[in-house]
Amino acid sequence: MADRTSSNAYWAANVRIILTSLAIWFICSFGLGIILRPALKGMSVGGADLGFWFAQNGSIYVFLVLIFVYAWRMNKLDKEHGVEE
Amino acid sequence: MDQFTLNLLVVGATFALYIGIAIWARAGTTAEFYAAGQGVHPVLNGMATGADWMSAASFISMAGIIALAPAGGYEQSAYLMGWTGGYVLLALLLAPYLRKFGKFTVPEFIGDRFYSKGARLVAVVCLIVISVTYVIGQMRGVGVTFSRFLEVTTDTGLYIGAAIVFAYAVLGGMKGITYTQVAQYVVLIIAYTIPAIFISLQLTGSFLPQLGLIGSYTPDGVDSGVAMLAKLDQVVTELGFKAYTSESANMLNMVLFTMSLMIGTAGLPHVIIRFFTVPKVADARSSAGWALVFIALLYTVAPAVGSMARLNLTTTMWPASATGSAFDGPAITRADIDSNPELSWIRTWEKTGLLAMSDLNGDGQIQYFAEPAATAAANRELAAAKTALAGAAAGSDLTALEAAVADATAKRDAALATDTIGGQTLAERGWVGNEVTRIDNDMMVLANPEIAALPGWVVALVAAGALAAALSTAAGLLLAISSAISHDLIKGMINPGITEKGELLAARIAMGFAIVVATYLGLNPPGFAAQVVALAFGLAAATIFPVLMMGIFSKRINKEGAIAGMLVGLVFTSVYIFIYKGWFFVPGTNMLPDTAANYVFGISPLSIGTVGAIVNFVTAYVVSSVTAAPPQAVQDLVESIRVPRGAGKAQAH
Repeated sequence: MADRTSSNAYWAANVRIILTSLAIWFICSFGLGIILRPALKGMSVGGADLGFWFAQNGSIYVFLVLIFVYAWRMNKLDKEHGVEE
Repeated sequence: MDQFTLNLLVVGATFALYIGIAIWARAGTTAEFYAAGQGVHPVLNGMATGADWMSAASFISMAGIIALAPAGGYEQSAYLMGWTGGYVLLALLLAPYLRKFGKFTVPEFIGDRFYSKGARLVAVVCLIVISVTYVIGQMRGVGVTFSRFLEVTTDTGLYIGAAIVFAYAVLGGMKGITYTQVAQYVVLIIAYTIPAIFISLQLTGSFLPQLGLIGSYTPDGVDSGVAMLAKLDQVVTELGFKAYTSESANMLNMVLFTMSLMIGTAGLPHVIIRFFTVPKVADARSSAGWALVFIALLYTVAPAVGSMARLNLTTTMWPASATGSAFDGPAITRADIDSNPELSWIRTWEKTGLLAMSDLNGDGQIQYFAEPAATAAANRELAAAKTALAGAAAGSDLTALEAAVADATAKRDAALATDTIGGQTLAERGWVGNEVTRIDNDMMVLANPEIAALPGWVVALVAAGALAAALSTAAGLLLAISSAISHDLIKGMINPGITEKGELLAARIAMGFAIVVATYLGLNPPGFAAQVVALAFGLAAATIFPVLMMGIFSKRINKEGAIAGMLVGLVFTSVYIFIYKGWFFVPGTNMLPDTAANYVFGISPLSIGTVGAIVNFVTAYVVSSVTAAPPQAVQDLVESIRVPRGAGKAQAH
């Protein structure tokens, strides 16, 4: 660990990206799919409501995008801090 | 060619393929046996992870669980979100760091990070309980699929399945398993989606089942102007069932259950070790994404399959409901079921016992509906009284038992006179009870190709797909068990001086032994097999996930904290489950009835893993803060796993 300061900045940036991603992860599944469903009853998606769709299909698409965006941002971050393999 | 020969050919061809791959990819070193030499392409690893993860339960049961849930299909979304959302946690919180650590097993990380053989041993115990539990279900799945499609007994099917797994898992280790799982993924996803596409085209005119789910209902190609889900809700509620889209009865429990499945998924050892096989840290991140792509292909289709199969079944039972209200016409007649070639699938599945119908009121029709609460209770009581009477010893005094039956009959008739469906009492309709007496969850997926009248090769493919799903998961679990025994127990604790060759042999023997145990448990399943799955997820959530996460994200959590956390999580979670399910699942030893009214805050034993995880985190934090910080070498280890540079090959040390 010669480059301590850089690696700490790298880790702090990583944790920030993780927290943002987890916030989206939570809002789409637990939020829209479960907790907010009754409040969003009015918004319909093909025969059911928005919350129902997020619970059965939508949240899975969001999970997918989240992982690939995370992988992409981390690859960029690795290079910026010179810690890539 | 008849269906049996076709099934045999397709299943035989897939098995030959798996064995061929195993011979090509046999393992020569422990690195290949445990982690496929860390040379697996991230996309292929994603596919293998998909097959590893999607078990007999995902393939055969999940759509049926969603379709037939008494509380409605929406509440079961917990499975859909829980079993996919866990991959986000894996990708963000565990996989890249554990890959950087670069060893072979989950207990090995726990032992090194918490500088303690005790911690490693606790992790081994948790791993074995979790994985063995899972394997039982897979072996049963193999046996059941064989018996249904290949006309052998369940036990014979189980032996054949065990022999196949033995051949490629013992020979190939992780390397053989990985490439076989890639092939198994291809088989299972084709088998799942082809019938789904056809049923979606039939009911909604939409090629993609995901769009069909939110599309409009178009029976026989004519757009009805009503959404498919609205139609489904209409027909099932008319018959007294809960609407497919109805809201959850207990939101807190649904949140905790979903969370329990998510962190349980992220804590399952056989899933985590898949990410040790890729070449780089960056690959571990993207590989989790690819795994979810391949899993999502099945998981986004499952609710469409479930809802459409349910709609199809209901309109078959009430032909008038296809275009209007169920009660615009009579129910389907027994004579029609017996003679109409389009309905031959009903007769086929009645033979398996997974579907049962009985013309209780003797009107020649089969009325499928949900019995209102009073009628349902009265019918259960009547059935119990009749069973008692039939079981009475010959020559004994039957007066009391006969009186009980007469009494129960009177109560039932009273219930029929007051309970209503569609504005008429059951007595007015002339019904005495629901005449579709059994629909098994598993039927919904397996019968789909027959219901949609698809050609015989699709039926054969579904059989091969179900076997692929069960075998691939079993192999992954067996590898996790065998590496925990040979690497963590033998090499790590009993005989550290063992040679590479000796360890490889030990790993193969442990694998063979694990298969024998799994086969035995598959042949003699403990009566509690279903409940134990709750325990497996609860334990993974309450023990392994928190300890791995803290090991990576905190430098302060020490060995005392980790061990205390795991043990408290383990005890808390198992005790809560045992209180409702019986101590060690022995029937009759439960201290409270297993019903929602008795749960603490309505939290079911299935959902308790989330609370167990929180208890683990808090305990580990408190205990660590009053004991000494971990040594510098361990803090350096944590620093080093946080940066990708220098991952390289795993150390065979």
